[in-house]
Amino acid sequence: MRLLHSFRSMLSDNMAKVRAINARYAQPRLTMSRAVRWALLALRIYLLTLVALLFYKFYTLVVH
Amino acid sequence: MNWMTRAYYQLQRWWKAIRLYLIIAGPGLVVMIADNDAGGITTYAATGSKYEYYLIWFLLLLIPVAYYVQEMTVRLGAVTKRGHAEAIFDGFGAFWGWFSLIDLLLVDWLTLVTEFIGMTSALGIFGVPPWLTVTAVVLLMSFIMLNGRYWTWEKIAMAFCALNLIYIPGAFMVHPKVADIFAHGLLPNFPGGFNGELFFFLMANIGTTIAPWMLFFQQSSVVDKGLSEKDIPFGKFDTLIGSIFTVVVAIFIVIVTGTVLYGVPIDDAAQAAKLLMEKDGYLGAFMAIGLFDAGLLGAICISLASSWAFGEIFGWAHSLNNKIKEAPWFYVTYFLTLATSGAVVLIPGAPLVLITLFVQVVAVTLLPAALVFLILLLNDKETMGEYANTFSQNLVSGLIVAVIIVLSTLYGVSTLFPTMFG
Repeated sequence: MRLLHSFRSMLSDNMAKVRAINARYAQPRLTMSRAVRWALLALRIYLLTLVALLFYKFYTLVVH
Repeated sequence: MNWMTRAYYQLQRWWKAIRLYLIIAGPGLVVMIADNDAGGITTYAATGSKYEYYLIWFLLLLIPVAYYVQEMTVRLGAVTKRGHAEAIFDGFGAFWGWFSLIDLLLVDWLTLVTEFIGMTSALGIFGVPPWLTVTAVVLLMSFIMLNGRYWTWEKIAMAFCALNLIYIPGAFMVHPKVADIFAHGLLPNFPGGFNGELFFFLMANIGTTIAPWMLFFQQSSVVDKGLSEKDIPFGKFDTLIGSIFTVVVAIFIVIVTGTVLYGVPIDDAAQAAKLLMEKDGYLGAFMAIGLFDAGLLGAICISLASSWAFGEIFGWAHSLNNKIKEAPWFYVTYFLTLATSGAVVLIPGAPLVLITLFVQVVAVTLLPAALVFLILLLNDKETMGEYANTFSQNLVSGLIVAVIIVLSTLYGVSTLFPTMFG
């Protein structure tokens, strides 16, 4: 019981910490110039393409 | 008399510079030599056995590639006094920060598993059972970490870096024809024509040169060591020396396997060590010791890269100068990463080959992001001031980063779809 309680308290402490981190870094400090915005957009597209390829690979593995 | 005074003065200046360098040396040397980890040794051994000396010119090109990328982390760390993870959170917000941090943890953990695979298979050659290797490595790494001083940790790591040079005497033992090395290796060429297989090898070599953990490790290491703006020139020099060493070691591995195992298909470095042992016991032993050392050095740095990154973001004390009591979470993260990745290798029937391949795929989800963030952060003139990237630095590093992204992505994708390049 005591173990469960301390685990819960640790979990809630960490969740509070994550929320604090999210609040602290809610706004990017770097000026979002056109170049930065384009770079971040390209990164998003790149990552989505990779994820799509991973899913495709998974699909082909399951089907065959 | 006058020239003697001048010579003495010059000598004093040089000696002072060397002493200063020896104090600052460390992050660049350690990260670069640790880059020749278990996976790297396998790649170089396979390159030599497949293409003899013909790709040495390509390895030489990797010196500026590694240097230009890693020296940016020196400047960023020395100026901002922040690790790469914290710099990403601060510069690009929580979304990209969490993405990088979680991805880093995953890549590092998977890479650590591959280091343990390398270490257990290397010592397996000498009849050491895997459980003993894993236990001994975890204990050894605990001992290295728990001394409570960055300086001591770094010097121990540098001793293991020195052991990585074991391939150099190994290459002399096989008596390669030096004229052949120069004639075949130094002239840019594509042996057998530019085909899918050769392209795969080129991608693999560049893929092992820059890994995501290296960016995070060196920047955090610069911060933990306490380097400041005035130390940047020495930090850059340290990185240059490290990048030369890493490529020199790679070339000597290629010379060993290119001389003795040319034409023999090599799947991993342990297999190369066994085959070399059949030819010459000492040579095989050198290869196996080098493989173990490479895995150990990689493990030392990779586990630290994760712990530093988590400490930076969660605000835990995260310096090697802290004792366990002062930084409990830093050490807990370190040991958990280490122990769990070591334990995976001991699970009977664990999909180790799949993990090894998966590392490449996951790495390409983090590497481009980390590299793009690095360049953007180095262009933040408000923070970086006179240490921001100049136009020519942007041109060179931008080109290098673009090539790394394209080749490492193709390498990762070709791991998913092996028939892609024929």
